Amino acid sequence: MPYLVLDSLTKRFGSWLAVDGLSLTVEKGELVSLLGPSGCGKTTTLQMIAGFLDPTSGRVTLDGADLLAKKPNERGLGIVFQSYALFPHMTAAENVAFGLEMRGVPRAERERRVAETLQLVGLGAFGDRHPKRLSGGQQQRVALARALVIRPSLLLLDEPLSNLDAKMREEMQVELRRIQRSVGTTMILVTHDQSEAMALSDRVVIMNKGRVEQIAAPQAAYDQPASAFVANFLGRTNLLQGVVSGDGRERRVAVGGAVWPVGEEVPEGPGVVTVRPEKVSFVAGSGVPGRVQARVFQGTQWLFEVATDAGPLTVIRQHDGQPLPAEQDSVLLGWRPEDMRVMAGQPAASP
Amino acid sequence: MTTVEDTRMATDIHTPTPATGPTTTRPETRNWTPYLLSLPALALFATLLVVPLVMTALLSLNSFGFYTGIENVWRLDNYLEIVRDDYFHEVFLRTFRIAFLVTLLSAVIGAPEAYILRRMRAPWRGICLLIVLGPLLISVVSRTLGWALLFGSTGLINQGLMGVGLIATPIEFMYTETGVVIALTHVLVPFMVLSVWASLQRLDPQVENAALSLGAKPFTVLRRVVLPQVVPGILSGSIIVFALAASAFATPAIIGGRRLKVAATLAYDEFLNTLNWPLGAAVAVLLLAANIVIIVGCNRLVERRYKQVFE
Ligand SMILES: Nc1ncnc2c1ncn2[C@@H]1O[C@H](COP(=O)(O)OP(=O)(O)O)[C@@H](O)[C@H]1O
Ligand SMILES: [Mg+2]
Repeated sequence: MPYLVLDSLTKRFGSWLAVDGLSLTVEKGELVSLLGPSGCGKTTTLQMIAGFLDPTSGRVTLDGADLLAKKPNERGLGIVFQSYALFPHMTAAENVAFGLEMRGVPRAERERRVAETLQLVGLGAFGDRHPKRLSGGQQQRVALARALVIRPSLLLLDEPLSNLDAKMREEMQVELRRIQRSVGTTMILVTHDQSEAMALSDRVVIMNKGRVEQIAAPQAAYDQPASAFVANFLGRTNLLQGVVSGDGRERRVAVGGAVWPVGEEVPEGPGVVTVRPEKVSFVAGSGVPGRVQARVFQGTQWLFEVATDAGPLTVIRQHDGQPLPAEQDSVLLGWRPEDMRVMAGQPAASP
Repeated sequence: MTTVEDTRMATDIHTPTPATGPTTTRPETRNWTPYLLSLPALALFATLLVVPLVMTALLSLNSFGFYTGIENVWRLDNYLEIVRDDYFHEVFLRTFRIAFLVTLLSAVIGAPEAYILRRMRAPWRGICLLIVLGPLLISVVSRTLGWALLFGSTGLINQGLMGVGLIATPIEFMYTETGVVIALTHVLVPFMVLSVWASLQRLDPQVENAALSLGAKPFTVLRRVVLPQVVPGILSGSIIVFALAASAFATPAIIGGRRLKVAATLAYDEFLNTLNWPLGAAVAVLLLAANIVIIVGCNRLVERRYKQVFE
């Protein structure tokens, strides 16, 4: 039984489609990320779930109940804002206590739960400080504690870590994952940082221009991207021009002079082949012929730029002592059929 | 958070410059450029403000006789007269009562006005802001004369109220404190709106959403989250409005007339009607002193109360 259901949620600003028919189901206790470039409609989606924006069309149900029928202050959701949105005139503890006060929790229990939650986010000793006297990371934790303390049915996080420096961000990622495990709250995390989404989520929703490109577990989205956009957005990838041929179940794709069997349903004609640089290796016998244009040593690995008939190809090889081609060498490139994805269309159509 | 960085940068700028460092034995190399650069402004300030003020203060120590004119003596007689005479007590009390009521009304009207203005959508917001600030563009005298027309016993307000049947006989607005308070509030509310507007601009719009998401009702959001954050704006607006109301001249002169005197019109009359310049000067000096004491006191209070939260 899905917990949160978004059913073709759509938001228009004038003629601009900010979110276009987004459908998503989230299980209880799951952490799902909305991932996509800036301006793709992530915040708009979150604000519609929170109730600060009214959808143009579509439905949202939480635990079977229609969420859109409720006012924002009746939804009982926890929200961590990108700007933290702490109450500057209240101390950290007063900030955290606010939601409990609104729920009429008696003072003694309120104080106990505030102390407990501040402890959980590692701010036990900072309860009496005003936000202005806290660092960015600490303010971020107060915002998290304030949202968690009301034991929300759903926690929405809008780029919660984007205002932190790299080191703090990594620490907070681990912290967030730990808290999510220990509290078991269902979370929707908005981010434009693919490594953050990969590190934290059970599933990622990759969005582009208001539309969903793919919903999958992080590793599945990385290994089997549903579109050229996803392949490109989640780390480096090679986009190659190929030609799909064959009929019935026996389909093949020809790439730069070599031929691979095709697993997926693709129409005949021109196709795009995507393959990750680290999955490509130099082979003997049969493969895509090419010439090494450049090679760069990167410490643990070598990076090759190889020119082929199907377009330029990036290859990453581990620095493990095996012999590797030099610049201007003629080489043959190969990869396992399961490491490659084939889609209809032209590579130029991708971003 | 830019604010955090701002403070850090600010402290960086103010941290040890060579002059205040531990090496104090060095011959002092004072940089005179800033003083020289501010000299013209200081000179202007001195000639236009300090000199007349000092002269007024000195004048208030002279004495005045009907047959002798101003006598060049240095005594506190004028002040003693003001302190002893009930008539002056009444005038000063009225002045500050009016100023206080005007401040209160301005806050009660101006703060919600600023908040509503901020919540308005694009074209209306600008139009309404212009309407609110419009009175500042009109001369005080013509604006106040307008009020006098409205206030009269056959004025629009009384005729309207009688027409609706709310009152049987005209209400006295002219030459009453009520009339002065209403007209002054109209004149001074824009200052309150501007001051609250400035502090609303600093408010993160998501903060209200945050409070809503935590289960607060809209009115609770206003009372517990928005209001406390604009209190400094209301207080600084109040200081401006109070100072202007206590020293206002044109409005009390036109609406209050001869009968209903405030400190400013009293000083004016002493100068121009009675020709008792020293007494008028003493009234002016006392008004200034009282204003300064009240405003500085309030400012201290505000700063102490909000220092921790808002810097
Ligand atoms: N209130 C609004 N009025 C008009 N356009 C808006 C408004 N809010 C957002 N948009 C537009 O909708 C798109 C999606 O915005 P947003 O959801 O904030 O993107 P993201 O959070 O993914 O960066 C953007 O192109 C933005 O310009
Ligand atoms: Mg956003």
